Amino acid sequence: MKRHPLLTFLLYAAVVLLALSIVLPIAWLFIMSISQPTDLTTLPLKWFPETINLDQYKRLLTLEEGSTGETFLYALRNSTVVAVSATLISVLAAIPAAYSFSRFPGRQGLLYGTLAVYMMPPVAFVLPLYLTFSHLGLLNSSWALIIVYCTMLLPFATWLLKNNFDLLPYEIEQAAIIDGASQLQVIWHIALPLIKPALGAALLFALLMAWDEFFYALIYTNDLRAKTLPVAIGDFAAGRATDYGLISAVGMLAALPPLVAALFLQRSLVSGLAAGGTKG
Amino acid sequence: MSSALQQRRTAWVLLVPMLGIMAAVTAWPLLRTVWLSFTDTGMGIGDSGGQWVGLENFARALSDADFRTGFGRTLYFTLVSVGLELLIGILVALLLNQKFRGRFLMRALLVLPWALPTIVNAMMWRLIYNPEYGSLNALLTQLGILSEYRSWLGDPETAMNMVILADVWKNYPIIALIALAALQTVPTELYEAARLDGANAWHRFWHITLPSIAGPLIVALVLRTIEAFRVFDIIYVMTRGGPADSTRTVSFYVYQESFSYLHAGTGAAYAIAVVGFSSLLIGAYIFLLRRQNGASR
Repeated sequence: MKRHPLLTFLLYAAVVLLALSIVLPIAWLFIMSISQPTDLTTLPLKWFPETINLDQYKRLLTLEEGSTGETFLYALRNSTVVAVSATLISVLAAIPAAYSFSRFPGRQGLLYGTLAVYMMPPVAFVLPLYLTFSHLGLLNSSWALIIVYCTMLLPFATWLLKNNFDLLPYEIEQAAIIDGASQLQVIWHIALPLIKPALGAALLFALLMAWDEFFYALIYTNDLRAKTLPVAIGDFAAGRATDYGLISAVGMLAALPPLVAALFLQRSLVSGLAAGGTKG
Repeated sequence: MSSALQQRRTAWVLLVPMLGIMAAVTAWPLLRTVWLSFTDTGMGIGDSGGQWVGLENFARALSDADFRTGFGRTLYFTLVSVGLELLIGILVALLLNQKFRGRFLMRALLVLPWALPTIVNAMMWRLIYNPEYGSLNALLTQLGILSEYRSWLGDPETAMNMVILADVWKNYPIIALIALAALQTVPTELYEAARLDGANAWHRFWHITLPSIAGPLIVALVLRTIEAFRVFDIIYVMTRGGPADSTRTVSFYVYQESFSYLHAGTGAAYAIAVVGFSSLLIGAYIFLLRRQNGASR
């Protein structure tokens, strides 16, 4: 069916407006990050910088004591360590749990129970955990965050993987058990390879969630040793610093890994979202 | 053949790692939060211990006009931002469900705000709203919409709505993507039949489109409501609860009570109030999820 030309025009106009509303804020963040500091504080505002200035990025990528670069690079390291460790632990524990929920029904209450806990606001747990970590001397260490993040990633990963195990036929696994394979061998060699895409999605989602977390990180960490990127960015943005270009560059660098990951996630995005992976 | 008993044992053994972690790091702390809320425990050095004070903390929380205002503010944030996200999300999904060039690119673009870390989003909008050099002021004055620069986040009248705008920009794409995925499962024959029966566009939307995307949308909606109700990050970075407390939500309140004023007891009581309300929403979410999962098999 042919569309009326006026409708076509309106359609494309709406699409262009939508595209601009998404791209412009991010583009502006990028422009700020490559502008001269003086260009950002002149009135009327210059939309395009006269010269491209990569100083901000250079400053962030040099490790010098007491510099912004040092804060940034340490935070980058801490964020990576925390996100990767929490993701690996969570997914490793989620695989057998998801398999159990899928193949041996009868414990659905537990499954929904862990999901309910996962949805609870962090204020429910933050105080006692703070007291415990302080007793154990784990405050201001990556361990505290790794442990806490597992409780966010585990229920989510379990749910996502369970839904994918559900789609596999059980017969092959049963036959393997009869042939003498152990339960773990069956999971590892038969079931898991068949849900590789879902496993990849679970890993990426978990990484994104851990990378994004702010509340616990703000409370449980306080210096270079353990502060993660969101906390460091919070400090930069909320401080009195007026170096807008530098703040923007930090934002661009912190946003880069999740933006790249999201491109890979395109396909499994909706199924992941349905499993509760919308992030805060 | 393994017996039923053996199967049950296997099922539990496989669950042990997950259940162990969850019990230690969530169930037990939650119980302790409940316990703390009945004591006058402090967080400062030297005031460990803490005496049983019964319901005193709850009495204080309930009679605290500031906390009640904060609760109302949180509800406002939740209702307005989730409402707008739903509205814009559906409209955008309907738009992207049309045939046009660059559809694929548009879908990819829609993922960008979702993937942007929450803190980076908050920081980005804080810079855009900047009262002296922000691009929003520049844009609106250059277009002639605004005669002079405004302090968007410095004015108690506008601060909350500006935070909501930043939140909606980041979160409506999720709703749009879920709605779009649901839209694509609606068989086109239904529309053809309805058109032949003389149904207009509105009728087709109301009687065919909406019912078929309602299931996934409601789940997404409840999920977003739960998340919006615990809002903290974006407020911490954009306004720190100010100006004049106009953006101080309940999570922020608990945070300050516990970690700025160091009152663990009352902080826990506030937390329990938040948990109670969230539980209602979580209950609704689990109910919907069970029903949807049961229906799909």
